[in-house]
Amino acid sequence: MIQPVILWTDALVFLLVVVVLVFALYARNKEHLRAPWRQVVRSRMAVASLVVLSAYTVTGLLDSIHFRTALPETAGQREIQYSGEVLSVLDTLLGPVRTQVEKSYSAPFATHLYTRESVTTGEGETVRIFPRLQFGGAHLADPAHKGADIAARSAIAAAQAVSATAALYLLAGVMLARRRRRPLFAMLGQLARGETEIPWRTALLAVLLIALLVALLANLSAAYHVLGTDKVGQDVLYQSIKSIRTGLVIGTLTTLVMLPFAVFLGMMAGYFRGWVDDVIQYLYTTLNSIPGVLLIAAAVLMMQVYMANHPELFETMAERADLRLLFLCLILGVTSWTGLCRLLRGETLKLRELDYVQAATAFGVSRATILVRHLLPNLLHLVLIAVVIDFSGLVLAEAVLSYVGVGVDPTTLSWGNMINGARLEMAREPMVWWSLLAAFTFMFTLVLAANLFSDAVRDAFDPRLRR
Amino acid sequence: MLAYVVRRALYAIPILVGVNLITFFLFFVVNTPDDMARMHLGMKRVTPDAIEKWKAERGYDRPLLYNAQADGSDRLTATIFFDKSVRLFGFDFGSSDAGRNIGADIKQRMWPSLAIALPQFLVGLLVYVSFAMLLAFFRGSYLDVSGVVLCVVLMSISGLFYIIAGQYVFSKLLHLFPVSGYEPGWLAWRFILLPVVIGVIAGLGSSGRVYRTFFLEEIGKDYVRTARAKGVPETRLLFRHVLKNAMVPILTGVVVVIPTLFMGSLIMESFFGIPGLGSYTIEAIQNQDFAIVRAMVFLGSVLYILGLLLTDISYTLVDPRIRLS
Amino acid sequence: MTQPLLDVTDLRVRIGAGDRGIRPVDGVSFHIRRGETFALLGESGCGKSMTALSLLRLLPQPAGRITGGSVKLDGEELMALPETGMRSIRGGRIAMIFQEPMTSLNPVMTVGAQIEESLQQHQGLRGAVARQRVLELLDAVGIPDAERRYGEYPHQLSGGMKQRIMIAIALAGDPDLLIADEPTTALDVTIQAQVLELIKQLQRERGMAVLLITHDLGVVSGMADHVAVMYAGQIVEQAPRDAFFAQPRHPYSRMLFSALPDSSKREERLAVIPGTVPALNQTFQGCRFAGRCDRGWAHCERAVPEWFETGSETGVRCHLADPQISAPGSRAEEADRATGQRVYGEAGAVRTELLQVDGLKVFFPIHKGFFKRVVGHVRAVDDVSISIPRGQTLALVGESGCGKTTAGKAILQLLEATAGKVQFEGVELTALRGEALRSRRRDFQIIFQDPFSSMNPRMSVGDIIEEGMTAQRIGGAAPQRRQRVQQLLEQVGLRPEHAHRYPHEFSGGQRQRICIARALAVNPKLIVCDEPTSALDVSVQAQILNLLQDLQSELGLSYLFITHDLSVVSYLADRVAVMYLGRIVEEGEVHEVLDSPRHPYTEALLSAVPSIDAGGETTVIRLEGDLPSPSSPPAGCHFHPRCPRAVAECTRSYPQRTDLSATHQVRCHLYPG
Repeated sequence: MIQPVILWTDALVFLLVVVVLVFALYARNKEHLRAPWRQVVRSRMAVASLVVLSAYTVTGLLDSIHFRTALPETAGQREIQYSGEVLSVLDTLLGPVRTQVEKSYSAPFATHLYTRESVTTGEGETVRIFPRLQFGGAHLADPAHKGADIAARSAIAAAQAVSATAALYLLAGVMLARRRRRPLFAMLGQLARGETEIPWRTALLAVLLIALLVALLANLSAAYHVLGTDKVGQDVLYQSIKSIRTGLVIGTLTTLVMLPFAVFLGMMAGYFRGWVDDVIQYLYTTLNSIPGVLLIAAAVLMMQVYMANHPELFETMAERADLRLLFLCLILGVTSWTGLCRLLRGETLKLRELDYVQAATAFGVSRATILVRHLLPNLLHLVLIAVVIDFSGLVLAEAVLSYVGVGVDPTTLSWGNMINGARLEMAREPMVWWSLLAAFTFMFTLVLAANLFSDAVRDAFDPRLRR
Repeated sequence: MLAYVVRRALYAIPILVGVNLITFFLFFVVNTPDDMARMHLGMKRVTPDAIEKWKAERGYDRPLLYNAQADGSDRLTATIFFDKSVRLFGFDFGSSDAGRNIGADIKQRMWPSLAIALPQFLVGLLVYVSFAMLLAFFRGSYLDVSGVVLCVVLMSISGLFYIIAGQYVFSKLLHLFPVSGYEPGWLAWRFILLPVVIGVIAGLGSSGRVYRTFFLEEIGKDYVRTARAKGVPETRLLFRHVLKNAMVPILTGVVVVIPTLFMGSLIMESFFGIPGLGSYTIEAIQNQDFAIVRAMVFLGSVLYILGLLLTDISYTLVDPRIRLS
Repeated sequence: MTQPLLDVTDLRVRIGAGDRGIRPVDGVSFHIRRGETFALLGESGCGKSMTALSLLRLLPQPAGRITGGSVKLDGEELMALPETGMRSIRGGRIAMIFQEPMTSLNPVMTVGAQIEESLQQHQGLRGAVARQRVLELLDAVGIPDAERRYGEYPHQLSGGMKQRIMIAIALAGDPDLLIADEPTTALDVTIQAQVLELIKQLQRERGMAVLLITHDLGVVSGMADHVAVMYAGQIVEQAPRDAFFAQPRHPYSRMLFSALPDSSKREERLAVIPGTVPALNQTFQGCRFAGRCDRGWAHCERAVPEWFETGSETGVRCHLADPQISAPGSRAEEADRATGQRVYGEAGAVRTELLQVDGLKVFFPIHKGFFKRVVGHVRAVDDVSISIPRGQTLALVGESGCGKTTAGKAILQLLEATAGKVQFEGVELTALRGEALRSRRRDFQIIFQDPFSSMNPRMSVGDIIEEGMTAQRIGGAAPQRRQRVQQLLEQVGLRPEHAHRYPHEFSGGQRQRICIARALAVNPKLIVCDEPTSALDVSVQAQILNLLQDLQSELGLSYLFITHDLSVVSYLADRVAVMYLGRIVEEGEVHEVLDSPRHPYTEALLSAVPSIDAGGETTVIRLEGDLPSPSSPPAGCHFHPRCPRAVAECTRSYPQRTDLSATHQVRCHLYPG
């Protein structure tokens, strides 16, 4: 038995998904919205990064469906008791990676612990050795066979990935051939030569790369700690994957939170001018003048005090950590809306003087209608560009804030927390480097993909660059 | 000009009042001083006496806004609001929750901060502008394309990575610099150099790319075509015509941070153990010393507003179209 | 024959690559002799500017490149020169001035430094010598007070002054050839006259050749020795000026002439050139003009016309000139229909005023100082009184900045009037508020100048036209409204299915038609036309003017026609009001004002219009200086500092209105009442 748990951020994440889908449906019939997107997906760079982003997104969404499992029934129990631990679908998929916890540090693919331990041998002697790991490579009788075992597993993984991608290639060929009414073989050839307008070949290659990675990790992580373990023996790969959701939530929900403010206030200030403008300008100048990190720090500190004094508000640890994450998004939103607001105000000031707004006024069109029908659609591209550009900055900011100590809850898995936890390990001899490297690599891949994608989006939507 | 400066200074007052109200709300209304005392003294088994003592030592035992027990003007001044917020306007920062004089700390610690931040700012500006100009000069070539790709890669790397990797490579592997620490006086350069280099590299991606677009935007303008039509060589075109025009948008983002250089960089100073205002702040955050955080928020706002003023003044220096009135 | 100064042979330019790449210049050949003015005439997009830029190898990079041809300057092949060699040509042998003086100067360098740079580059002058030379140049281009101007920045100068600075920069290298790319298009007529006169004078003094690029037949007529007409990337006709104006040979040239509006065509429809310039990314099988030509026949679609020399330095690219082919007779009947009688009749005998504006003032406050106190006002519109009868057109004429657009917007209640009355059908509009004003708005509409910013790019054409009906809650239910939209589209000469498209898919002229349909949707009685044709080419302008004429006679509309273009006025208007610095200086029936102008400003305006009939022989009344700022108009008569006929009284008081006839009024001290 399981009991579904809907955390606040889960709800908002799925709300965001709904918003995106609704917008996509709306945009389908609007040529001016479709055309730039078509341009985006024509770029090979954008398509490749879109595939990477999708992989991250799917992981994040799987990690956003939470539940609690029932505890084993004890005698005389009347109703089912649920575990205090909140799990996600991703947790169950990761299975052994989550549960196979070692004693302490172990290097990637290690079969032995990274630290010496005092072990009493059969003869009653105490020696300091590197003991075998409980799980990592435990199936090997002789650790020396590790290389061959890894190679064999990798070969299986490669075969799986290649066949999965090949299947996808065929599927894409069939669908495109049907839509364009062309023979399948010709279409497949066209795909393979990269002669389609949308660079399907690039997309498939990116898919192949990701499939290869997933298959490798799936095959190897069952028997090894592919990225090693941390101080308390937890698998670093598990931590890195679980951190994806945190990064995505901060990158997207923050924007979701700040958008209404920025758009509404920016348009109001630009359209009505006068005292409305003065008040809104005062508001954002004031907020802007407080150094961002300090405002976030102050707010998060206060929230910490509040939460510490009101422990009764949270049923589970997960809920508490989740609310803290949501609050962090709110705070980041409050500190980051000013830039977009100012931009939209300026643009509205320009737009309201344009002839078509004057023409609408000359028809007696109401102000609300002018705002919604004439101004908003002509500001949307700026909003979109701001959203995609902000995303990567926010993901990076999470790491810094967690380092400062005002980021996500220490119990939440995040790249920032991983880096923060691992940075002192740099001073160890020998050095423990894998946690850091894993966190940086996962974060770098996401941010790089987001940056490349936002470049393509900006090129397509920014009217200044067009033509 | 003077009238303008005065007017801007006056405009700063309502903003600082706003900042003050926000911090006051955050620090004293969201949580009562009792909550904070409990937090500091440890959550469990705190006696009310201990809380009262903690509050009295730090001056948090007064009413928030209005003191009904006091007489005359004290009714308004013998309050937490007056004591902790209004006094900031006189740059009277009071003492920290740990009992140190914040004003003295700031005076002492801003110099190491400046010693890192100022060279980083100046060298950075020089490097970014030259880099962007180089790319703009070779626009469309492979050099330009690979430069842009480099920028995107650089800006996708977390700032923490630059510091950790830099410390590892230069200090641990190559032993070129001390890992961390600081020494006042001329010997400080050994401690300053690495943070400065790392800071400059960390900012190259985003700044270099943005500045490049500024240059390209200017190069596309009509006056550049005019200059070409009179036979001006490309290099001279870039240095004499484009550079000064591109400095206008560059200054918008750059001048505003000059005053805040005093505040130092939180991350950098903490990693390198620089006893500046950045590490001061981060220690305060980690020790939950709210008095210091409040002081730094106020100081940061003042410096930011000063930066806005400097930005406006700097415009008039590079752009003859703008005259302050 | 001596060697020409510049010899261009088969020049070809390509912009962009692939299917979307276009060939804006496709085999252009011409030559220019020393000291002559060679005019390259054509409408927007015909490739004339690209031709000019490619002569100096200044095509926009990296998209544009020269794919073929040769350009010889004094026999030296420019296309073969290395980039460094080209630099001494640019500005040294060939100088160029551009259309937009506002953006063509570096905003952060003093004008002195910008001129000096050219001197340094080509003459090696520096320091005091260079400075002295700059001052001489400033003097030569007619900039008063050169010492002071030397240290000023471009934004401190007016548009006309900036163009003079551009000319000074061009002269600094002492070039043999000056390329002037639409040098006066962005300027007002009186300023245009000054600048053209300056170019002419400098050319005489220095023996410079000029390549004049323009779309304006009038400018060509006044300036050129030799004319080449460009169409769709090719030169279609070349001739000496007199021959060209006496008898244009290419059908395109002929149609350009007949599309020009002026008072002599008042009673007829303007000839239009149907359709638009073909896209230049295609390979042409026939004549590029075939689809729009009134003389074309089947052969034109099939064969590309050759260049036929019809005399010395005269030629035409048209099958009609081919002696081998006997062309069918001209389609006379069709031509007749195209220029047939204007349907528009005389205005009704009973004059009923639709709009009556009395003492309209629009002031914009100037904020300054400590608390943004109001320290003065820009008197954009200062006591304007006009009236428009039903079914008639009043033209409000003036140069940019005279307040004519502000007046139009204030009449429509798009701007708040500071004072004065605006009565529409006897109802005081300035007193209306809220719903009362909103529902009144259907009676008066506006058409804007810029067809690119006047429609929301995110709305379909159908939605754009329907918006007014929805806002005014007229036109019935949705299906009826949509039907009305289609009907309106047909009425303005578009197709019903265009309703589903978006504005960016249309050309400038088509957009202007959509804007007219949008205004008509609410059945207005008055339409304020704010320079509706100034952004359009002559041939398209004719289409729009004809449409406006037809709609007026069909629907009995009244127009307030705001324009700076006197030739359009003479074609379209019944009455004319001339505005100067916020005030109307002369008003009367169109023949009264245009045929016998009384106010010196009206006289100057009229004489400054380059005319194609006069053959450049008229004396232009040259106005000194620029339009003063409306925030501090000169004391007395606003016009007196520029007036060639000012008397002592003019500096003291603003003249009262004098009735010259029942319909003709003027405000000038020369005509005391």
